[in-house]
Amino acid sequence: MLTVGLTHYLTLSATLFALGMLGIFLNRKNVILILMCIELMLLGVNINMVAFSAFYNDLAGQIFTFFILTVAAAEVAIGLAIVTVFFRNRRSVDVDDAANLKG
Amino acid sequence: MPVADILFYLFASITVLAAGLVITARNPMYSVLGLIVAFFNVGGLFIILGAEFLGLLLLMVYVGAVAVMFLFVLLTININYEVLKDGFTRYAPAGVVVGALVLVEIVLAVWLGIHNMPAPAFVSLPTGEAQNIEAIGQVLFTNYLLPFQMSALILLVAMIGAIVLTHRTREGVRRQNIGQQVLRQRKDSVYLAKPQSGKGVK
Repeated sequence: MLTVGLTHYLTLSATLFALGMLGIFLNRKNVILILMCIELMLLGVNINMVAFSAFYNDLAGQIFTFFILTVAAAEVAIGLAIVTVFFRNRRSVDVDDAANLKG
Repeated sequence: MPVADILFYLFASITVLAAGLVITARNPMYSVLGLIVAFFNVGGLFIILGAEFLGLLLLMVYVGAVAVMFLFVLLTININYEVLKDGFTRYAPAGVVVGALVLVEIVLAVWLGIHNMPAPAFVSLPTGEAQNIEAIGQVLFTNYLLPFQMSALILLVAMIGAIVLTHRTREGVRRQNIGQQVLRQRKDSVYLAKPQSGKGVK
């Protein structure tokens, strides 16, 4: 039970994923914090990939993690640019203020 | 207990605590700091797992670029974050329920199902004898050349997109216009005046 195996890493990754999910609910109004929570969830997924890759001696998981990192970096860059533009127009980063296109 | 296991528990517990700080901190600045701590510890976990390249990449890309970008934006935009905490308690129960459900489901699946899981039928990219970085380099530039180039393209598009989105032309900024300066001629700015006595120029 105490000796660390694949299950421990998977549990940790599930915990991080669930925490990120909870964070999206808690900080429902702040776009920047939602982006951070998405980063946490992606981190959990990455741990999952690397753990399987290490325990099955298969490099493919690590390659996938590499690409996930790339996409996450691009996503944050675009997301924060949108937040900056939104703040410039509305003086706010509240999700509820972004309801202009609503019906 | 071997050292690697002790390190795992250390890194894992700090990661979870930092993630808790990220989602509950009153000031978003503390959230970013928690995110940085979490990234550092997960980098340590990757290194324990033998994925040195990804561990160091995580530190460079996430701590060096992503977290700093979050800090930049937080410092650039100036708002009262307390107002944004309004729904914190209202949505907490739903969040806890959903989060706990997901966590329990995944953990149950992992702890009950992993023993029944067959060993993989084939290993697509055996780790082999090479060092981690060397092995990744060997497959990244051969088997995964096209995805690698596409990820470069994604980064390029993200970079151009971020610049295009945030760029604006400011009003009332006086810039040097070299063309105008070079094209300026004597007759545009100098004239010969013949002042009459007692009247002065103009």
